Amino acid sequence: MKIDALWLRANVIKAVRNFFWERGFLEVETPLLIPANAPEEHINPVVTLPSAWQLQTSPEICMKRLLCNGHQRVFQISRCWRADERGSRHLSEFTMLEWYRANADYHTLMTDCEELLQYVATSCLPNDRYFSRNSVKIDPFAPWLRISVQEAFFRFGQVNVCDCIKEGRYEEILTAVIEPAISQYSTPVILIDYPVELAALARTKPENRESAERFELYLGGLELANGFSELTDPVEQRARFEAANRMRRGFGQPELPLPEPFLNSLGAMPESAGIAMGIDRLVMLAAGAEAIDDVVAFTPEDL
Amino acid sequence: MLFQNTLCEEYMYSVADLKKGLKITLDGDPYLVVAFDFVKPGKGQALYRTKMRNMINGTLLDRTYRSGETFEPASLEERQMEYLYKEGDHYTFMDQQTYEQVVMEEETLGDAKNYLLENLKAEVMLFGEKAIGISLPNFVNLRVTATEQWAKGDTSGNDSKPATVETGYVLRVPPFIEEGELIVIDTRTGEYSTRVKG
Repeated sequence: MKIDALWLRANVIKAVRNFFWERGFLEVETPLLIPANAPEEHINPVVTLPSAWQLQTSPEICMKRLLCNGHQRVFQISRCWRADERGSRHLSEFTMLEWYRANADYHTLMTDCEELLQYVATSCLPNDRYFSRNSVKIDPFAPWLRISVQEAFFRFGQVNVCDCIKEGRYEEILTAVIEPAISQYSTPVILIDYPVELAALARTKPENRESAERFELYLGGLELANGFSELTDPVEQRARFEAANRMRRGFGQPELPLPEPFLNSLGAMPESAGIAMGIDRLVMLAAGAEAIDDVVAFTPEDL
Repeated sequence: MLFQNTLCEEYMYSVADLKKGLKITLDGDPYLVVAFDFVKPGKGQALYRTKMRNMINGTLLDRTYRSGETFEPASLEERQMEYLYKEGDHYTFMDQQTYEQVVMEEETLGDAKNYLLENLKAEVMLFGEKAIGISLPNFVNLRVTATEQWAKGDTSGNDSKPATVETGYVLRVPPFIEEGELIVIDTRTGEYSTRVKG
């Protein structure tokens, strides 16, 4: 069983790599140990001694700097670390796929996602070409459901997402109501257009400053990818980093250093879009595995 | 990771310590964590989802916690004690080393009451001062106080008959068991196991 899962994992990674190579993306490697990640309210980096540098929580900072340097299409499959994250869907050390496109927005990324999952299904799941989660079969070739976050909260929870955020119930409703509801769909589901409070590094919609051009991809209720049209305004980006640090201070988390070289080069970044996809979770869906433990060679508990 | 809570001078668990098998005190009762998962939606706050069983009455409880919450460990202790006597619904046990006595209610004892004979040694689970459970030896010897005579040549085909033992417990025994005989009972199933010869 375990041996099969590792073969499948290797095949999925090979297919992902082929997919991007065939489309003219440059495969890159950026440093894993960096002085500063993008500060986020709820993501804690692993800090190393003695330099107090951090293991990357995502390769986004460096990959966006490559866009600033003139690269058009880049992808990377790399290890990321997030402190204290461990559950049936989380490992503190995990494998992330990220890709970035200059002169594109999040709609292009959604198309990429459709083509990528169809490619992986064709290459790695030759028998039935379905992904699966909790015995629900998910067909990447059928039309995908795209629904705005606001509409999803109304339709599945009869609540207003903005109220949920204000009342601190967003995570609770999302995981206890919305994710179980969309887990029943036999196609991938994309939640699009997040309230600006949840935008992080995404730009807001030109026609609605309260909404960010961000989307999340779900298969069988499992969050697989998070993509957005990149914020390219260094002033706004600095303000959001500082706001994240204020929130962190508010609940007793240490403030995080700002990635200054990134902020300094952001002004040179073209209109771009970028996305992160969890490779371990993609393998879970390909294998129909219940837990992330089932698709890695070793868990921290095994060591 | 256990850390010192300066307010109450007791060791406390943090949410990151939550895992299956952990025992904590909640609303004054001991709870066993029977299922646990960490959930964290993209860019959102982490939630720690638990299912816990009340170790006194067995009820299940679903609770979701966030980072920063702390829990008091359940101070549970298993001690060997000897059964002394029964008064109404109350059963008294004594620690032979300290002569400390604890009282357990019939409801808490459950089926264990069927095997309690004076001086029986058992492991009593204590939550603070309160006895909340008992584990008996797997096998106990009890004397049969009443059972029907086995009629030789009985062809009715019955391969067992009821018998009452000295604690008042009634169980099925093989037809050849007679009044006054000592039998071995498996306390895990409540069934007859064998007869004590001699």
